[in-house]
Amino acid sequence: MKRILALLVTLAMVFALAACNNDSSGNKDGDVETIKIGVVCPISGNSAIAGKYITHGVEVIENELGGKIEIKGKEYDIEFIYMDNEASEEKTTNVFQKLIEEEKVIAIVGPDMSKCALAAGPIAQNAKCPVVATFATNTAVTEVGDYIFRACFIDPFQGQMAAQYIWDSGYKTTAIMFNNADAYATGLTDAFKEVYTSLGGTVVAVEEYSGSDVKDYNVQLTKLAAADPECVFFPNLLGELGLQIQQARGVGITCPIVCGDSADTPEVGEVAGPAVKDVAYVSAFSAESTAPVAVEFVEKYTALHNGESPNSNAELAYEATQMVLYALQNADSLTRESVRNALANINGLELPSGAMTMGDDRNPIKGGVVMQYDADGVSHFVSSVNPS
Amino acid sequence: MATILQYLVYGLQLGSVYALLALGYTMVYGIVGMINFAHGDFLMIGAMGTYFIAKLFEGQRIDGTYPMLIVGVIILIAMLGTGGIAVGTEAIAYRPLRNKPRMIALITAVGVSMFLENFPRALPFIGPNPRSFPTLFTPTSFLVLGASITSTQIIMILLAAITMAALYFVVNRTKIGGQMRAVSMDKDAASLMGINVNRVISITFFIGGALAAVSGICYASAYPQVDVYMGSWLGNMSFVAAVLGGIGDIRGAMLGGFILGIAQIFATAINSTFGYAVGFIILIIILLVKPAGIMGKLVVEKV
Amino acid sequence: MKKLLKTFYPALLVVALYIAVTLLRSVGILNGYYIQVMMFAGINIMMTASLNLVNGFTGQFCIGHAGFMSLGAYGAAIVTTMLFKNVPAFAQIPVFLLGLFVGGCVAALIGALIGLPSLKLKGDYLAIVTLAFGEIVRAILRLIQPIGGARGMIGIPNYANLAWILFFMTLTLYLLRNLIYSPYGRAFIAIRDNEIAADAMGIDTTRYKITSFCIAAFIAGVAGGLYAHVLAFIQPDSFSFTKSSDFLVYLYAGGSGSLTGSILGAALLTVLPEILRFLTDWRLAVYAAILVIVMLYRSEGLCGGKELPFMRISRAALYEKPLFGGRKKDSAVSGKQ
Repeated sequence: MKRILALLVTLAMVFALAACNNDSSGNKDGDVETIKIGVVCPISGNSAIAGKYITHGVEVIENELGGKIEIKGKEYDIEFIYMDNEASEEKTTNVFQKLIEEEKVIAIVGPDMSKCALAAGPIAQNAKCPVVATFATNTAVTEVGDYIFRACFIDPFQGQMAAQYIWDSGYKTTAIMFNNADAYATGLTDAFKEVYTSLGGTVVAVEEYSGSDVKDYNVQLTKLAAADPECVFFPNLLGELGLQIQQARGVGITCPIVCGDSADTPEVGEVAGPAVKDVAYVSAFSAESTAPVAVEFVEKYTALHNGESPNSNAELAYEATQMVLYALQNADSLTRESVRNALANINGLELPSGAMTMGDDRNPIKGGVVMQYDADGVSHFVSSVNPS
Repeated sequence: MATILQYLVYGLQLGSVYALLALGYTMVYGIVGMINFAHGDFLMIGAMGTYFIAKLFEGQRIDGTYPMLIVGVIILIAMLGTGGIAVGTEAIAYRPLRNKPRMIALITAVGVSMFLENFPRALPFIGPNPRSFPTLFTPTSFLVLGASITSTQIIMILLAAITMAALYFVVNRTKIGGQMRAVSMDKDAASLMGINVNRVISITFFIGGALAAVSGICYASAYPQVDVYMGSWLGNMSFVAAVLGGIGDIRGAMLGGFILGIAQIFATAINSTFGYAVGFIILIIILLVKPAGIMGKLVVEKV
Repeated sequence: MKKLLKTFYPALLVVALYIAVTLLRSVGILNGYYIQVMMFAGINIMMTASLNLVNGFTGQFCIGHAGFMSLGAYGAAIVTTMLFKNVPAFAQIPVFLLGLFVGGCVAALIGALIGLPSLKLKGDYLAIVTLAFGEIVRAILRLIQPIGGARGMIGIPNYANLAWILFFMTLTLYLLRNLIYSPYGRAFIAIRDNEIAADAMGIDTTRYKITSFCIAAFIAGVAGGLYAHVLAFIQPDSFSFTKSSDFLVYLYAGGSGSLTGSILGAALLTVLPEILRFLTDWRLAVYAAILVIVMLYRSEGLCGGKELPFMRISRAALYEKPLFGGRKKDSAVSGKQ
């Protein structure tokens, strides 16, 4: 008797679990269809700062559309659903399932991290739901399947850009400090070393640290300074760069500092203070660009968010959303499959970072720029690099 | 030689942050007998609070820094505020659990820590942004035997030592200290002797919170970046430092903090790839040699 | 008939659960999202129950449990992804099982190693060693390039599904329950309640403590293997101290020393953040507040050392064979720490 009771209790638990949220199984098929787009980003957790910029970037478009979108002469409701993945792979798979199966989104913007995109990618691929990852730079992300796209550069291209810039500027020796616990930093370092040495440069010192929690880089930087490089390369995350630049100047590294595109954020200048002078970074987007799309983006962004300037996360999220909207406009029908096909066929779409064409490997083909901070923490255009 | 000395300075700098935080940690542990996982978040509140208070005094700023008096006022407000929050946290979240198994209070502390991180993060005017900490002390560099040391570093190291001495004096030589020791030995007996246990524990939390605020200000002066998540990792590290020194022992906490800081810096200096792991391996070895921490005494258990 | 039912009811349970889920899925009440959350809940239940064996029943204090999980995850993933990749369909299940077994063994081996300091260290000092162990494992894993280093391991086949997780979860709970009511379990509980007294009673505390760590690590390793095959991607930083402290929260919120508590704690606290999604920005703050409130009002944990009937073995059946020469009172099982 007891065991049967136990069985019943367990079954009841399962039912309770299932019943707690079963209101969304209905599939609305009406005259006015709502188009839903999922946005996955870390709203909480250690990377919450990226999530804030991503949400702000997408909000620019949301605000502009005002809940309506016109596709081929017909007006539809459009809704952006923001989901918090806490920068965790596990949570990303949960929100992907939720967006795809429950919210029935037509496409997903995000996640911003390679690890999250790699874990959740197969879910979207199996469900055949197009995904445009924002900042997932690992090459393997789009290799998951033909429904996974990205809006950013891949690690090798960015590493190559940085190496090319350093070499072209005449610096023959470079020292590197990177976060060996982070995929973005290790990816950029590997790509950079390969290209830079093949160009003829010498990497004179490589120092590592583990994780974003450790904020003391003095030892590593002292060792870099002792190697007396002509240039140093910091391919690290935005929460770490400000202190690194400040401490580097503190231990007497006076040579130019080059960073990856995560340095494209106002916080780096704010935290590093005057030390940020002569820090260069590679990026896709120049805030000084005079192209109308770019000017419009910066203006709308600052107007909507009380004078905050956009960073690379915001800009990539904006571009990823624009890509999805463009695909919606050009899709044969409003199905996930045709949106995917339209995404794959993007050609010459004008985005804030320039004209973008989707490559066969679902990576965007677009130019890059090298930017440099002045003493006030404002970045200026230095040169542009075209994709090879 | 100069390089080794320089690394020692870095080690002492990092160690003094751990030590200051571990002092508060170990005091709360010694007297209340609970592991306060939210202690690192008091550091964050202290540093964040200082940032916002300094904003209020922006008008008094001269050449990017503040007059000594204003700095004193800012630090005092931050200490009082953080101490107050610590006392409030204790009254709301820990006091009802005082006679329950100590693991329960630990889990509550994890919850409190999560709350203290995520609540300000969700507040629109704080948010997740890393912020630049204002310069409270203008650093001057000195060259000692080829190693450069800044005034901030000297202040931090001295502060850790002075605080340790002061706490040691308070706990061992004053009336309230005697009450604290009585409470730590036996709460029931202490209350029978006319000691107001709640008051003693509140004072302990107040001192712990105020110390966390000081260590937050020191930390943020050395590494001028504040955000809502800065405390959790430092809290864990200071827990490690407090245990390493012999948890509950005030001298041990300081020693543990400095040993941990210096060990991490030198492990990194020898090989930055393995530095992180080596720091923890040193920790395990010390604990295997001294199973009750460096200053702790093995208590003989009786049945 | 009753005897038969008694022997097979865990199997029946898992079958019934699975059928229920499949049925609900086919009528559209359950979708992939719920299944996904349930899979993680199942893995978390395994992790919490195994942590319960060390912390709740043996009275040790391990706060680096995610370290064992990572060893299992990597061990299993190496077998299925690198040693036997692209196997034909019929060989997938044996390879998967082999992977889980290898993962569990690797974790158990290291678990024995971590059990060793527990002979000398107690309480918080042991806790720090387990924390340090978790961090060392993580630091080493991200330096090994063949398994992807910090970039993580990609392309792990998606072998694990809800059925497997339910199966292993039930098996874990069944084994743990039987273990706890066996002479071994009595010894664990004796060590928890008073180590010196247990020693004096002739219990080889060394052996039992290491056994406890080993078994818990093995289960955590298998759970890690399942985790790797659900996510299809693992990286060292997923198994950080934050993850370990999650399991601690599940364990003590559910009630230590109670397997029912582990089930409830892990399942509810895995589901709760998902239910709170409608709160967007305030989600984790509210989750933390709920956690604190639950702990204040139910401070022994949700189950407070008690077990549901099906997680218990009838005492009458136990007393037929003598345990350490005498009867134990109820308090030994449901006693609070």
